[in-house]
Amino acid sequence: MDPLMLSSIIALGFLGLVFGSGLAFAAKKFAVVIDPKVEQIIGALSGANCGACGQPGCAAYAEAVATGQAPPNKCTPGGKDTVDKIAVIMGLSGVASEEPRLAVVHCQGGRQEAKERFQYQGVMDCRAALLVSNGSKACRYGCLGYGSCALACPFDAITMNDNGLPVIDEEKCTGCNVCVVTCPRSILSLIPRSQKVYLACRSLDRAKAVKEICSVGCWACKICVSPKVSPSGAIIMEGNLPEIKDVYAMELYNAVDKCPAKCYVIRGERPVLEAAVDENAAVAQNQ
Amino acid sequence: MDLFKSGIFHGGVHPAGNKRWTEQKPVETLPVPSQVIIPVQQHIGAPSKPLVEKGAVVRIGDPISEAGGFVSVPAHASISGTVSAVEERPHPLGLPILSVVIDGDGQETWNPEIGFQADYLSLDRAEMLKRIQDAGLAGMGGATFPTHVKLSPPAGKKIDAVILNGAECEPYLTADHRLMLEKPEEILLGLQVMVKILGAERAAIGIERNKPDAIKRLKKVVAEMNLPFQVIALHVKYPQGAEKQLIRAMTGRAVPTGGLPMDVGCVVQNVGTAAAVYDAVAFRRPVIDRVVTVTGKGIKEPKNVLARIGTPYAFVIEQCGGLAEAAGKLIMGGPMMGLAQSSLDIPVIKGTSGILVLDARESRKHEEQVCISCAHCVDACPMGLMPKMIAAFIKKGRMADAQAYHALDCIECGSCAYVCPAHINLVHWIRYGKSELIRARKKAS
Ligand code: SF4
Ligand code: SF4
Ligand code: SF4
Repeated sequence: MDPLMLSSIIALGFLGLVFGSGLAFAAKKFAVVIDPKVEQIIGALSGANCGACGQPGCAAYAEAVATGQAPPNKCTPGGKDTVDKIAVIMGLSGVASEEPRLAVVHCQGGRQEAKERFQYQGVMDCRAALLVSNGSKACRYGCLGYGSCALACPFDAITMNDNGLPVIDEEKCTGCNVCVVTCPRSILSLIPRSQKVYLACRSLDRAKAVKEICSVGCWACKICVSPKVSPSGAIIMEGNLPEIKDVYAMELYNAVDKCPAKCYVIRGERPVLEAAVDENAAVAQNQ
Repeated sequence: MDLFKSGIFHGGVHPAGNKRWTEQKPVETLPVPSQVIIPVQQHIGAPSKPLVEKGAVVRIGDPISEAGGFVSVPAHASISGTVSAVEERPHPLGLPILSVVIDGDGQETWNPEIGFQADYLSLDRAEMLKRIQDAGLAGMGGATFPTHVKLSPPAGKKIDAVILNGAECEPYLTADHRLMLEKPEEILLGLQVMVKILGAERAAIGIERNKPDAIKRLKKVVAEMNLPFQVIALHVKYPQGAEKQLIRAMTGRAVPTGGLPMDVGCVVQNVGTAAAVYDAVAFRRPVIDRVVTVTGKGIKEPKNVLARIGTPYAFVIEQCGGLAEAAGKLIMGGPMMGLAQSSLDIPVIKGTSGILVLDARESRKHEEQVCISCAHCVDACPMGLMPKMIAAFIKKGRMADAQAYHALDCIECGSCAYVCPAHINLVHWIRYGKSELIRARKKAS
């Protein structure tokens, strides 16, 4: 064999041996002790790093749970499964998972329904658009429609429709809250998954101003809070906007029917039976 | 002795001046509008508090609101008549703002307290400052920072140089140019008052070389009045009139990052503000009108006009021949730093240096492309920043990195976006990042 090659092999082999043993020694000497629980918890989490738990990421949350600094039921995307798994790992019992929630859009004033004050030409981001004359929508409470929420959603649950409004994919939404804090107009909020009716308007303007600029904005006419529509007070008036106090009340379907501006939205199918009963009740009351 | 010079600052751009439309046109006093809309917030700082209610009868110069704190100034009636509403009205900054609406009586009755006082220079410092605040003075160059605040540096900050800003580097605008030609005495007397208040040793007026007639005129009047002020002819480069750049060019001093001109012993005031300071101290005359350049291809008869504060744009534009057919975009101020406006009902405020209407072709939109790393923006930035990096960080939501690249030092001059061949909305991105950073800082404190 060429002596040059031989000496190279010997030299490199020797160097490899030296470095290898050095590394092996360092690995033993400076080893970081990881609580095996942390690893297990990381395995149980959804792994989306969405921040819903209030920690900078899944690993940080796992550590906080393992050291008892955070409650075990904060991983919203993981849902009940994750909570149960963490409870087993941590040897806890009776940990209630919070009711799963999902994001809804409190505005129906898209490009067709709501007027624009001017043609916006800047950066296509809602928070940036707000810096230009406070947004191009004539309504100063409405959805700006540039899709910051859709971009921010870590689960791809939001798409912008042709009308310039966000649409939430209820299957994909995990209720992580990212879109809620992203929207500069606070158009999105989280509601319990079992809540079927919500109010889709945020405008605090008076009837006249609203009617001029949007065909689906709340007029603050107070019909939905009247005793006829909401006898048990499930809806109350807060300023110029109704607020739903009892999110499961059947009277909310009355409000859907009676609202002249069509501001109430039903998620999914309307329950046939109850609605019929409700209408009868309303008729009975009218007489 | 000679502190002031015609130096240069780093970066900058050379946009087309477009001043020829109006620079030779003397300021024309607009007829008095039948109604004015006077917002309680026309300055940076706390909004002023309204003093009048619907039905109140006011004379020209009567205060209609009082300062809402030290960094705040009152507003005044600019016509005589009756207050017909105190309500939210459209405002140049976008959000509707509480405004006092006055229906004119056509009488032009003035507040009788307003009048010349010959010994005004013997007033003490505090009284002069009070008169300036009471007159509602806020930087007339467009930044609208309350003047009395700038003239009250905290104890320990010695001001040795007052710089009067007559650069008017914004394209199209000629309001300051005309003022320097037509009212040089007032400007210089105002400067004299400010120098007295600050106890400064030296003062100079900086004017870009594209206004040779103004330079000549001011030099002549300074000599005639025997005042110890220098008139400096500056290079023509945007943004020559930005505070920090002007200080750098005229004195060689660099304002530290996050600092103010007073940190390097300077105070910069606009020439229009100087004239208003003279009116305020010698006459107790509040800011009730200002010179506005109404220009652009979208205006039939471009002019410089003296308009009452609160005059709706629609009235001003009508007096300038109306909108041309091709009108595309309405801007308050100049094309580089001005604010796009969305309605003709918006009134002229203290900071309205111009009403610019671009035509449709000039205001067409360019699609944002990807950055080609040409570094034109880096060369152009007068603050020595790297706009492309800052904007890229902000786009990705990496606000801390943007801050580390000194996003907060951006003066929003628009030079970077002006030169970017990829048409990236650099300033808009950076403004957005700055607003998020400032909000986060407020939240933390
Ligand atoms: S829609 Fe909103 S709440 Fe639902 S997953 Fe996306 S960001 Fe989270
Ligand atoms: S980064 Fe800011 S200061 Fe620099 S050129 Fe752009 S707008 Fe001007
Ligand atoms: S000028 Fe535009 S394309 Fe060139 S480096 Fe700056 S951002 Fe990129």
